[in-house]
Amino acid sequence: MAALDALGPVERERVVRQRRRGLGVVFWAAIAWIALILAVAAFANLLPLRDPDHTALLARRALPSAAHLLGTDALGRDILARAIFGARASLGIGLLAPLLATLVGASLGLVAGYLRGWIETLLVGATDVLLAFPPLVLALAIVAYLGQSVVNVIIVLAILTVPSVARIARAATLAVREREFVTAARASGASHARILLKEILPNILLPLGAFFLVLVAITIVAESILSFLGLGVPPPAPSWGSMIAEGRDSLDEAPHIAFIPAGVMFLTVLAFNLVGDTLRAITDPRRGT
Amino acid sequence: MPGLIGRRLLYLVPVILAVTVLTFLIANLLPGDLAIAILGDQATPESVAALHQKLGLDLPLWQQYLHWLGGVVTGDFGRSRNNEVVLHAIASRLPVSLELLVFAEVGGLLVGVPLAILCAVRPGSLFDRTVSAVAFGSLSVPPFMLAILLIFLFALRLHLLPATAYVPFAEDPVGNLRAMVLPGATLALLEWPTIMRVLRSDMITTLQEDYIAMARAKGLSSRRILLVHALKPSSLTLVTLIGLNVGRLIGGAVVTESIFALPGIGRLLVESIYSRDLVVLEGGVLVVAVGYVLVNFVVDLLYAALDPRIRHGRA
Repeated sequence: MAALDALGPVERERVVRQRRRGLGVVFWAAIAWIALILAVAAFANLLPLRDPDHTALLARRALPSAAHLLGTDALGRDILARAIFGARASLGIGLLAPLLATLVGASLGLVAGYLRGWIETLLVGATDVLLAFPPLVLALAIVAYLGQSVVNVIIVLAILTVPSVARIARAATLAVREREFVTAARASGASHARILLKEILPNILLPLGAFFLVLVAITIVAESILSFLGLGVPPPAPSWGSMIAEGRDSLDEAPHIAFIPAGVMFLTVLAFNLVGDTLRAITDPRRGT
Repeated sequence: MPGLIGRRLLYLVPVILAVTVLTFLIANLLPGDLAIAILGDQATPESVAALHQKLGLDLPLWQQYLHWLGGVVTGDFGRSRNNEVVLHAIASRLPVSLELLVFAEVGGLLVGVPLAILCAVRPGSLFDRTVSAVAFGSLSVPPFMLAILLIFLFALRLHLLPATAYVPFAEDPVGNLRAMVLPGATLALLEWPTIMRVLRSDMITTLQEDYIAMARAKGLSSRRILLVHALKPSSLTLVTLIGLNVGRLIGGAVVTESIFALPGIGRLLVESIYSRDLVVLEGGVLVVAVGYVLVNFVVDLLYAALDPRIRHGRA
């Protein structure tokens, strides 16, 4: 409740209203959309879809119809099938890269924030250098040298997000490490590993989880930019970014080719942002404006 | 203040050195042979070896780095595949990117600041909730999506503005500005939500301060209170935000320049990646990264200049 007292009247009212009302329709709609996209992406092979790579030159740039529910692209490929298989690539990368980054970054931040000393100095210095690069430029450069593949894109996007995760984990650890229960555990002779895993880790999981969801949104966008520039998921496999890039050439005569994957992607990114932001606002009401 | 600049400079040097090391390592440790990239796959081993020697690629890595760094410091970034001096290529494209960034930042401020003030005056009102929701939604739109949407609306449907018709300012100022409107708007639309969101919550807090109540009690006009008394302390936040946003804007500029065919640094980077011109890429990445570090350095100093608590080291 102490946190509530620090708020201005408007924020206080908002937080209280939010607690009373539950999480709201928008939040659950976002959860439902994420669940839907995850389900169709996971079971894409079982769904009665057309082959996403099958080209039909007679049915190019078709508008949505019974045969092609969302129409076809400039090569006559079914947009619905490509959007769903594209979700596989976009979400696969969008979930795996942040997962990898969270595992590595959280471990680094946890250890640095807990042990402090030269390890912390080294970590802060290293994150400063990595954050000194404009992220997209660094990603482009590394992918260009490593070569274009799904695994490389995941690695690059994970490397780029490790510093920010490490920073958040370190800050959260610093806030927890002086608390009474940590002192008590230390006094009762618990090992460093035990204190880190049993006392500190559970207390920084919530902020890390909320940040993970926001990272998923950021990573989906980053992957789509790489794919849009032709440096992400290698063609002909669909990804939302490359679908939009392909649709750009027919923007005048068949705008739906670009705007359908764009809409699907926008809703997905928005959903992850919404859920992440709501969870963050709950864990930290002071920043809930 | 001089002490502060000195301390920050001391920190700046290792960061920039580390940036050069990382740029160099990315270009030289990752697979891919520069000589083969220059000569092509069919090159004979002898010619590859000869070029290795000429470029110094047969030396140990640290010597190569020092050699490269020595060149960079004296302005020698090497030559591109088609024998253009890399420094010239970068210098001729830098003004285009800077113009785009100025457009984006000014546009973002022009939209973001007034909306933030209007929202902060009546937080929780319908207007505030609508604008805040639109701002939150805009954060989920990638730059290329905005670019395509703007091209579709204003170039293809309304025929108001050109999509790809860049001309240098010196040749045709009006044409240059017209060509900059859509790419600038793309980045400005990317920029205003963060400005609006941060400034709004900043001002809501400020407006509850005692001195604002005092100003009201003295009978000052609302306009004066908002623009002078409440906005001024938030200028610090705006300065920091502009620094923080530059990194994202540079990324956005890479995409935007590619879509709108603007001959800026971002397009140079993307083109050098497509043509595997590693020397240009290395030089471009270094210039952009160092520029980014310097912008944040200046922002740090401005922040200190504006806030006496930091200037005197008491924060």
